[in-house]
Amino acid sequence: MLDSILARMRQGYRTTPFPKGPGPKLPDRFRGAPLIASPGGTGCPAGCRACADACPTGAIAIGAVRANGGASRHEGSESLDAVGRDARNKEAGISFDLGKCLFCGDCERACPNSIISHSVDYRLSACSREGLVTAGGPPLLATPMSRKLLSVLGRSLKLREVSAGGCNACEADANVLSTIGWDMGRFGIQFVASPRHADGLLVTGPVTPNMELALEKTWKAIPEPKIAIAVGACAISGGLYCRDAAAGPDGKALKGAGAVIPIDLYVPGCPPHPLTTLDGLLRILGRIRER
Amino acid sequence: VTDQAFLFLANGSSCRLDAIPVHAMVDFIAAVTDSLAAGMRLSSWFAADPRGDGRLELFALLADDARNGLLVARSPVEGGSFPSISARFPQAQAFEREMAEEFGLVPEGHPWMKPLRYHPSWTGRDAWGRSPGAPIAPAVGDFYRVEGAEVHEVAVGPVHAGVIEPGHFRFQCHGEKVYHLEIALGFQHRGVERRLEGGPSRACLRIAETAAGDSTIAHGGAYCRVAEALSGGRSAVRADAIRGIALELERIANHVGDLGAIAGDTGYLPTSSFCGRIRGDVLNMTALLCGSRFGRGLLEPGGVAFDLDEARAAELSRRLGVAAREIGEAVDLMWESSSVMARLEDTGLLPPGTAAELGIVGVAARASGLARDVRYNQPYGIYRFSQIPVSTCDSCDVFARAFVRKLEIDRSMAFIEERLGNLPGGGLSSRLGAPVPSSFALALEEGWRGEVCHAAITGPDGRFARYKIVDPSFHNWPALAWALRGEEISDFPLCNKSFNLSYCGHDL
Repeated sequence: MLDSILARMRQGYRTTPFPKGPGPKLPDRFRGAPLIASPGGTGCPAGCRACADACPTGAIAIGAVRANGGASRHEGSESLDAVGRDARNKEAGISFDLGKCLFCGDCERACPNSIISHSVDYRLSACSREGLVTAGGPPLLATPMSRKLLSVLGRSLKLREVSAGGCNACEADANVLSTIGWDMGRFGIQFVASPRHADGLLVTGPVTPNMELALEKTWKAIPEPKIAIAVGACAISGGLYCRDAAAGPDGKALKGAGAVIPIDLYVPGCPPHPLTTLDGLLRILGRIRER
Repeated sequence: VTDQAFLFLANGSSCRLDAIPVHAMVDFIAAVTDSLAAGMRLSSWFAADPRGDGRLELFALLADDARNGLLVARSPVEGGSFPSISARFPQAQAFEREMAEEFGLVPEGHPWMKPLRYHPSWTGRDAWGRSPGAPIAPAVGDFYRVEGAEVHEVAVGPVHAGVIEPGHFRFQCHGEKVYHLEIALGFQHRGVERRLEGGPSRACLRIAETAAGDSTIAHGGAYCRVAEALSGGRSAVRADAIRGIALELERIANHVGDLGAIAGDTGYLPTSSFCGRIRGDVLNMTALLCGSRFGRGLLEPGGVAFDLDEARAAELSRRLGVAAREIGEAVDLMWESSSVMARLEDTGLLPPGTAAELGIVGVAARASGLARDVRYNQPYGIYRFSQIPVSTCDSCDVFARAFVRKLEIDRSMAFIEERLGNLPGGGLSSRLGAPVPSSFALALEEGWRGEVCHAAITGPDGRFARYKIVDPSFHNWPALAWALRGEEISDFPLCNKSFNLSYCGHDL
């Protein structure tokens, strides 16, 4: 007993002061929001597609903007008709879909002119799928839930986690938010065992055919009002598992959680850093508002 | 017999496909069973269509730990079936069900022939005679049942209470006592192996990194070494050392997390809280190396993508020192708490004979007294020059599995410290040529759970015609079921944590 008290004193108080104080220092090699040195693709050699070709998930689009500056469509992308409506992308030569991005750095290494780099900006969460498309820098950052939702969930948000084909990296770094280093319980956020006790669902993984029904049932078992959070490239877009449908189980492309349930918050990454996830959660709770 | 029947290959090497001995099925099965009876074990046992013409072959990959190498042989399959060896060698049972499910090949005489992952066959031929296109529901079908008055069944999952992956568990209980546990998996099946066909490519490397995401370095490393072997190239020497450091960091982080989780399941919160945090500190050391807490993006075929410069090595060494002290303190609290030890000792027994028979690998095998460790038995990369002692314990219980983890943390730390002071010079990565067509390559790694085995076959075009992954969990899930026999059902979480197996690594 005495030993455990002494150990407690030596180990000390270790919870991050974030968001009131600074979060844990991220390593210099951390790959956060991508940056483009010359917006509009002016610095790119004519016809260069090195970054897009190197991307393992097809997260990069080049010159996808139509001449009239109106709605555009990502090449090779199935779902993002709304992409070009984001004004920030209209002039973009290169755009990133952070919902597909693995932050692996393959584009950065492939770029012959060092135009692409990754910042250490961990703020990556958005409330809309289109908001995840950026021409460099953070996406359209998540905004607080409606006042009505906030009045119910704002100070007590219980989440049920479902891994639907996740590789256990997203799961592990979601789990870590409950440890003393992050202690998200201090914001009233907690993982619970039963969907009946939950206010929301946190989904990881590309949603395998064998998990589709379980995900749907878990979602239905959560009482209204409720929210859904997709964590990681797989859950947002299918990530690595959305390509090559023929190779998938049942000959299906895995398209992420949005194909099964409505998503209120997208947290990009492979896996997202815990700071990215916590930042996203605190943004929809209105506890972080700065852009 | 063995020497003529098999080709002997070192871990991380390749050969022309036609150099692998071909036998008629009856001789092939005899050679495999003779070797297993002589103490070798199945690292992999799979079917393939190596030429893409529908002529299926079975491949056997046996680990010959005593001679530090692997034995490979193959046999053409005639008539859509082959004789099952599972009744005599239970370590083959999941492999044979896998072949049945993937290729529609029937293992004749398999004692428990049910689907493994619940997906349609790749070939259109169905081993269970189900009509094509009929829906296949996961975990639906026969389960082993205990019958009698007051016997009841407890069904759990796929969605569990914690933040963990899905699987379905059926307990046959009488009161609190568990007579049998059957585990049905497949919920996480993403089609990893088929997505690797047509490789190698950058996307393949990224997919391999997610085969089991908590073992990114082990699976990514095995993939890189398969790609290197197929192209006749080799990794840079400096990269070998950095890979070794990353693999040991992965081991330390997960072992620390597991020790905390084991303490947590006995209700002992000090160790649980401290270890939960320290695990994060170790993940951050991997992030110091490559920016990702899980080692994503560190490896590439030929070497590594990030250097470990002097300043970084010094910082890593400093952090390891702090972690070593804090882990020691946190774990000692648990060892010294008699109420914790009472829960760990004699719980979840897995006798050595059973472990050997089931083909168990990694921490679970070593905690049952078996000296199985790829780093020692099948040395590769940096482990050829720098050995880590094999950590074993012979009490075969949850305590042994916890204790082996602590030993391994200490030894991995010492290994990293030594490497940090002796990093070889030279480049980070060597350029690889194109993969040699019609070849076979294999690579084993000792991930933190145990043996990770990757094998690839290239077609005449030099692309992967078959890519076979065996995660240690594939071998070890039956060990959890066995260890729970005769235990109280309330000890399930504790037993489960002591193995901490991967669902996605099994389901692929």
